[in-house]
Amino acid sequence: MEQHVARPPRLRLAGISKRYGLTQANAEIDLEVGQGEIHALLGENGAGKSTLVKIICGLVKPDAGTIAWEDETIPAMDPDIARRLGIAMVFQHFSLFETLTVAENIALGLRTKESMAALSARVAETSARYGLKVDPARHVHHLSVGERQRVEIVRCLLQNPRLLIMDEPTSVLTPQEVDGLFVMLRQLAREGCSILYISHKLEEIAALCDAATVLRGGRVVARCDPRRESPAVMAELMVGRSLPRTNRLASAPGAPCLTVSGLSLPADDPFGTALRDIHLELRAGEILGVAGVAGNGQKELLAALAGERTTRPATIRIGSTVVGHLGAAARRRHGMTFIPEERLGRGAVAELSLAENALLTCFGQGFVARGFVQRRRVRDYAASVFERFGVVAAGIDAEARSLSGGNMQKFIVGREVGFRPKVLLAAHPTWGVDIGASLAIRQELIDLAATGAGILVVSEDLAELFEICDRIAVLHGGQLVPPLPVAELTASTIGQSMGGVVREMAHAA
Amino acid sequence: MPEQISILALVLGILVATVRAATPLLLAGFGELVTERAGVLNLGVEGMMLVGAACGFIGAVTTGSVLVGFALAVLAGLVMALIFGVLTLYLMANQVATGLALTIFGIGLSALLGVNYLGTPIPGLATRIFPHLADAPPVAQQLMLLDPVVWIAFATPVLVSLFLYRTRPGLVLRSIGESHEVAHALGYAVLRIRLAAVLFGGAMSGLAGASLSLAYTPMWTENMTAGRGWIALALVVFSTWKPLWLFVGALLFGFVTIAQFQAEALGLDVSPNLLAMLPYLATIVVLVLISRDATRLKLSAPAALGKPFHATT
Amino acid sequence: MRLKLERRPEASRFWFYLSPVLAVALSALAAAGLFALLGVAPGQALWLMVVTPLANVYGLAELGLKATPLLLCAVGIAVAVRANVWNIGAEGQFTMGAIAGGGIALLFGEDGGAWVLPLMLLAGVAGGLVWAAIPALLRTRCNAHEILTTLMLTYVATQLLGYLVHGPWQDPEGYSFPQTKQFDSAALLAPLIPGTRLNLGAVFALLAVPCASVLLRQTLAGYRLRVVGLAPAAASYAGFSQAGAVWLGLLVSGGLAGLAGVCEVAGPIGQLTPVISPGYGFAAIIVAFLGRLSPAGILAASLLMALLYLGGEQLQITLQIPTAATGVVQGMLLFFLLAADVLVGFRVRLIGRSVAAPAHA
Repeated sequence: MEQHVARPPRLRLAGISKRYGLTQANAEIDLEVGQGEIHALLGENGAGKSTLVKIICGLVKPDAGTIAWEDETIPAMDPDIARRLGIAMVFQHFSLFETLTVAENIALGLRTKESMAALSARVAETSARYGLKVDPARHVHHLSVGERQRVEIVRCLLQNPRLLIMDEPTSVLTPQEVDGLFVMLRQLAREGCSILYISHKLEEIAALCDAATVLRGGRVVARCDPRRESPAVMAELMVGRSLPRTNRLASAPGAPCLTVSGLSLPADDPFGTALRDIHLELRAGEILGVAGVAGNGQKELLAALAGERTTRPATIRIGSTVVGHLGAAARRRHGMTFIPEERLGRGAVAELSLAENALLTCFGQGFVARGFVQRRRVRDYAASVFERFGVVAAGIDAEARSLSGGNMQKFIVGREVGFRPKVLLAAHPTWGVDIGASLAIRQELIDLAATGAGILVVSEDLAELFEICDRIAVLHGGQLVPPLPVAELTASTIGQSMGGVVREMAHAA
Repeated sequence: MPEQISILALVLGILVATVRAATPLLLAGFGELVTERAGVLNLGVEGMMLVGAACGFIGAVTTGSVLVGFALAVLAGLVMALIFGVLTLYLMANQVATGLALTIFGIGLSALLGVNYLGTPIPGLATRIFPHLADAPPVAQQLMLLDPVVWIAFATPVLVSLFLYRTRPGLVLRSIGESHEVAHALGYAVLRIRLAAVLFGGAMSGLAGASLSLAYTPMWTENMTAGRGWIALALVVFSTWKPLWLFVGALLFGFVTIAQFQAEALGLDVSPNLLAMLPYLATIVVLVLISRDATRLKLSAPAALGKPFHATT
Repeated sequence: MRLKLERRPEASRFWFYLSPVLAVALSALAAAGLFALLGVAPGQALWLMVVTPLANVYGLAELGLKATPLLLCAVGIAVAVRANVWNIGAEGQFTMGAIAGGGIALLFGEDGGAWVLPLMLLAGVAGGLVWAAIPALLRTRCNAHEILTTLMLTYVATQLLGYLVHGPWQDPEGYSFPQTKQFDSAALLAPLIPGTRLNLGAVFALLAVPCASVLLRQTLAGYRLRVVGLAPAAASYAGFSQAGAVWLGLLVSGGLAGLAGVCEVAGPIGQLTPVISPGYGFAAIIVAFLGRLSPAGILAASLLMALLYLGGEQLQITLQIPTAATGVVQGMLLFFLLAADVLVGFRVRLIGRSVAAPAHA
C-alpha cells in the first residue's frame, strides 16, 4: 500500500519563482515530495533544476512562492535552518580535501568536536549499515571518484537527513556502483527519508524513482510516474513535444572535410568523461550538430578535435591529411579553426585589446614576417571583423574585457570565420549571447557553410541546433550516437539518445 | 686507547657541529612549514631571520641578558611577519613580491640596526648558564655546549607534528592550505588562521636568527645568515611539507654546511669558497629531484599555496 | 565602522599609474621619519639624498652610471615577469657576466687590439645567458620552480667569484689582496664624457629600453610571452608553448644582467674583486615593479633608484648615516607600492554598523 499518502508531504513548494536579470530561472514551480518517496527532477541544462535546488537548500532566496516542510510553512529558508530540518545535498562536484583522510574530511564537514576515534566508529557503523564501503583512515586522493561520492554520502547520512538531494550522482559511477547506490537509496527511502534525485538519465529514473517532475525553461511541464510512463514519452516531455522548425535548405554535401575514426581518449581529470570509439564524418558544405547534456564528453571531444590534446595520427583527418598528432597551431595551418566555449581567458585575452586579440589565432595567416608582427595588417583585419559583424565597442583598441558577452562572441566568431577555414569547430556559439547577436552568429555560420566549409557545432541548445544544422548526432557517456538528418529526427529519438536510452537513432519510418 | 678516544671525539665533534648548524634551519624551516601548510608562501624568511639576529644581539648586549635578546628577536620576527600578513592577507598583495620586499627590507634594516654592534663579541650562551664549563669532562663539555636554543630547535619538530596531525586546530589549518574556498564554505575563519600561521613563522624565524647571533657565532655581522633563510625555504619543499623529512633535511644540510670546516680539519686542500657552494648546489639538486614528479609534487604541496583569498560573501 | 575591500569590475588605470607616485611620496615621509629617529634633521637629510647628488655634471654622470646596471637588469626582469617567470637571480647572472668578461680581459687584455672589448662584452652576455639557461632547463624539464633555483645559483656565482679572486686569478703583484690585476686599457670602457665615469654601458642600457619594447609589442615571440603570462588557457588554445616563453624570459633577463655585469667590471671597477655589486640584481626587482613592468616606466624608476644609492652615499659622507639606510628605504618603497597597488584592483569602502537583515518570505 502507498503508506505515504495519508501523511503530509515532506516538502511542498508552491509558486516558486526566481529571476536573474533578464532570465526567468524558475517560474511558478509547484513541487511535492512525499515522505519516504524517491522523486526525480528531470530536465536538460538550463531547465532551472540547480536554481530550484539552491532555493530548497536556502542558498538562494526566491522572488515569490512558499516552502512548506511537513505542512509547516518556512518563512525564510537559509542553510542553517535547512541543516536543522534535515535537508542534505550531495553535489555533482564534491568538495573534499584530497590530502586528508576520510574521517578528517567528515570531521571538518560536520564541524564536530568529537574525537577522531569516536567519529571513525560512527563512520564505520553508518557505512556498514547502508552498504557504503568507506575506510575512515584512507586518504581521499587514493579514492576513486565513486568512493569519494560515498564519503560525501556518508557525511550527509551522519546528519540524519530527512530529505536527501542528489545531483546527477551516476555520471561518475560504474554500473556496479550504480546498482549499489540504488540499493542504498531504496533502503534510505524505506526508513522514511525522502530523496530528490536530479538526473537526465531516463532508464535510471525508470528503475529507481516513484515520481518525476519534468522541468523545461524554468517551468514544470509535466508530472508522471516513471514506473508506468515509457522512456519515449518522458524523453519527449524533457525536450518538448514539438521541435523547432528548421530554415535549412537541403543541399548536396561535398567530400568529407573532417574524418574521425576510432577516437578514444581517457579523461584528463577525475570528473571528466573518457571518449570511446568515436566515428564521425563531416562533409564540406554541411553543418553537423552534436547534441547532449553537459558532462558527457563534450570538452574532451573538442580538445581532441582542436588539437589541444593529441592522439594517433590517423584518428583525425582534415580532408585527406592526417592531423591527429598535430597541435592546435598546426591544425590551423591546415584550415581548421575553433570557437571555444569560454570567451575571456581562452578565446580571447581579457587584458589585451581587440586588435591584439585578432593575432591570437591568425598569426599563421601571413600576419607575421620574419618574426615581426605586421601590425598594420592585423589591425586592418581586426577592423574588418569589427565592421562586418557589427561589434559594439569603443573601437578595436578597446580592452576585450570591456565588451559585452554578445559582442565579444561576435568578434571571436568573426575572427575565426574571416579566413574562410575548411573546417570550423564551434562550442556553444550563442551561449549567454543576446538575441540579436545570436541571430547574426547563426546566419554567419550558415553563410560560411554555403561557401563550402564544414562546420561542427557542439551545443546543449536544441533549438539552435535544429535551426542551423543539416544532421545532428548525440554525445552520451563519451560515445557518439550517429547523426541523422534533421528532417528525420523526432523529439522522442533525440531525447532518448540524450537520456542514454538508445545507442542508435532509428530512421523515421 | 688514545686512538679510540680521538675517533670518538671526532665523531662526537662532527655530530655536535651538525646539530648546532641545523638549529637555525630547523627553527626557520618549521616556522615556514606551518605558514605554508596554511597556504601562505612567505619568501621573507631571510629578512626576518636577519632582523631577529640583529635585534637579539642588540637586546642581549644592551641588557646583559641573553633571554631578553631572544625575546626581542621573537618580537622582531612577529612584527616583520605582521607587515607581511597585513599586505598579503588583507590587502591582497602578491605573496612572492611581498616576501621579496620583506627580505630586502630585512637585510637593510638589520644592517642599519647592527651598525654600532659590528664585531662586538659576547660570551656564548652555554658559558653563561654553565659557568664551570672548563672543569667538566670532555664529553659532557660537548653536550653542554649545546645551547638551550638547540634543545628548543629539536623539540620543535615533535611539537609541530603533534599540532598538525593530532589536534583539531591543526587539522583545520591543513584544510585551509588545501582549499581555502571549501574551508570558508564550511565556516572556518580562513584569514585569521592564516595570519596566526604567518605570525608563528615570523616568531620562529626571529628565533632562528637570534640562534645565530647569540649562540652559533656569538657576534653580529652584516648578512650573517648567508642565505640560510632561503635554504630553509628550499628544505620545506624538499621535505614535501612533511615534518619528518624536514627534520632529516635540516640535519643533512647542517652537515653539508659544516663540511667545509671538516675538510680543513681533515687536511684536504680545497678552496673554502668551493666548499661553501655545497649547500646551495645541494639545494638545487634536491629541488630538482623533488619536482621531477609533477603529480607527486602537486599532491604534496598545499594546493592553495600562494593563492590569495578574498571572501566574496 | 570598518573598512571593506570590494573588487573592482575592471582594473583602475588611474591608480595603476598613480600608485607608484603615492608609494614614492609615502616612502619620502617614512624616510624623513627614519632620519629623525637617527637623530638628523629630516629636511637636510632628504635634500642631501635627492638634490645634492645632482648638483653638477659629474653627479649627473654618476646617476647614469648607477642607473645603468639597474636599468639593464630591470628590463630583463620585467620581460621575464610578463611571462610569469620570476628571475630572482639577476644578481648571479650579473656576477657570471662579470666573470666571463673579466676572464677574457685577463686572457687577452695585454695583446691590446680593438677586438678585445667587444669580445668581452659578448662573453659577458654569454655568461649571463648560460647562468639563466640552467634554471630555464630545470623549470621546463624538471618542473623546478625558478625562484629558488635562480637564487641558489646567485650564491654559487658569488662563491665562484670569491674562489677566482682568492685563487687562480689573483693578482700576483697585488700584495695578497683578493683581487685580479687591473684590466689593461684595451679591456676598459672609456668614459663618454671626460672627467666622468659614465661609459658605453649607459648607451646599452638606454638601447635596451626600446629593444625590449619592440620585442614585447612588435614580435610574435613577445606576443606569445605576454599571452602565456596573462592567460595560460588562451595560450594553449592558440598553440603557444609555455616552455618557449620560460626560455625566452630567462634568456633575455640573463643576457641583459650579464651585460650589466661585464660593463660594471670593465667600467668603474676595472678589475674583478669579491664584491662587485651593492645588490643591483635585487634592487632591479623593485625597479621593475615600480616601473609597472613597462620599459619606459622602468627607465624612470631606475633613475630614482640610482638617486637613492647616490643619496645614501652622500648621507654617509656628510652625516655619517650608514649606507644600510638605503636598503631600508628601498624595502619601504616596495612595501608602499604593494600596499598602494591594492587600490588598482579594489575599492575601499567604509561600512557602517551592520543593519539586521529583515525577515522576508
